[in-house]
Amino acid sequence: MGKIYNSAAEALDGLLFDGMLIAAGGFGLCGIPENLISAIKDAGTKDLTVASNNAGVDDFGLGVLLQTRQVKKMISSYVGENDEFMRQYLSGELELEFNPQGTLAERMRSAGCGIPGFYTKTGVGTVIAEGKEVKTFNGEDYILEEGIFADLSIVKAWKADDTGNLVFRKTARNFNPPAAMCGKTCVVEVEEIVPRGSIDPDHIHLPGIYVHRIIQGEHEKRIEQRTVRQREEA
Amino acid sequence: MAWDRNQMAERAAQELQDGWYVNLGIGIPTLVANYVGDKDITLQSENGMLGMGPFPFEGEEDPDLINAGKQTITELSRTAYFDSATSFGMIRGGKIAAAILGAMEVAENGDLANWMIPGKLVKGMGGAMDLVAGVGKVIVIMDHANKKGESKLLKECTLPLTGKGVVDRIITNLGVFDVVEGGLKLVEMADGVTREEIDSLTEATLIN
Repeated sequence: MGKIYNSAAEALDGLLFDGMLIAAGGFGLCGIPENLISAIKDAGTKDLTVASNNAGVDDFGLGVLLQTRQVKKMISSYVGENDEFMRQYLSGELELEFNPQGTLAERMRSAGCGIPGFYTKTGVGTVIAEGKEVKTFNGEDYILEEGIFADLSIVKAWKADDTGNLVFRKTARNFNPPAAMCGKTCVVEVEEIVPRGSIDPDHIHLPGIYVHRIIQGEHEKRIEQRTVRQREEA
Repeated sequence: MAWDRNQMAERAAQELQDGWYVNLGIGIPTLVANYVGDKDITLQSENGMLGMGPFPFEGEEDPDLINAGKQTITELSRTAYFDSATSFGMIRGGKIAAAILGAMEVAENGDLANWMIPGKLVKGMGGAMDLVAGVGKVIVIMDHANKKGESKLLKECTLPLTGKGVVDRIITNLGVFDVVEGGLKLVEMADGVTREEIDSLTEATLIN
């Protein structure tokens, strides 16, 4: 059975349902699954809980699903770039669970590895620790954090072969591998699908066992903060 | 005269030792990179990179290459990329020697508040909680007092904490302070700053 699909809508067919939990890769607008987000918007799936480090900006990334009110709850570490998010959150229309960034990444990774919980020092003595089990190891306190077992992972990679082996590019890797690992089904969009054997097996970042469906897409790859330096005069 | 932003960053750079892997926060901490001189320092960007380079030349920006502040950057010959779980593995695992961060408040027991003002600023903690819990040394760069002249070095933080008892050293526009048993130890005063000035702008217990 092949993993390659012709479009984002086709790749998501049969996987979407109201109230589901989706894990999304990306950091800011870098390495986000643009095409899959658009297809979820078009599908109109509602009451989503989305675990993603950020929530996009108003008109791009996960922000488009906030505009259409398809998201019930976000699990994120930083949402500062999205005014619509803040508006919905402050008016009580949107639930928000803040996770420290490393805790969020590890909640995804660990779930993907079959580990339902782990202890971490991150957040001890802060609001993050409220209601969580505390355990002492070697005289230091740690809190219990639980894995995120998602119904669906949506992920962006640079290249895939037809068996789903993935290669990411530069800092666009970010949350994509842990997000890919924690879903029951993982759909990946890439810039290029290449034949098996054309990626050196030693250079594969995420093996295809984690990947169920693949599409090739066009990517806008919007830059959030364009910072440059001046060339020195010769 | 108190130190300005660049002088605070320059002073903070003196804390870094040859061979260290370091994470710099957003704002004044970013300026520390300008003052590391000949020291062999590798900068970590927690979105998945060791060996962070300077901003790109105009026209060479790459949307796949950004820092944790979402700014376009460049790579170096030493650069390595990895995913977010691995990135915070090295942070939580104590492999990063130091983090230099900004703060809204620091308490005399080392408590740090830098992520939230209830009802006003609710953007999220990003990686700050993981960094202060995991790295070897937490160095804070901050103004000594707020715009109203109220001390930001407190007996107890009033804002939600980023970490409890996590700060090692504080560099303000007035001087350098270490978190020690019983309060903050004045290590160094900025040029031209008097002890009286520091006393009058510090709520935390000062030692010696």
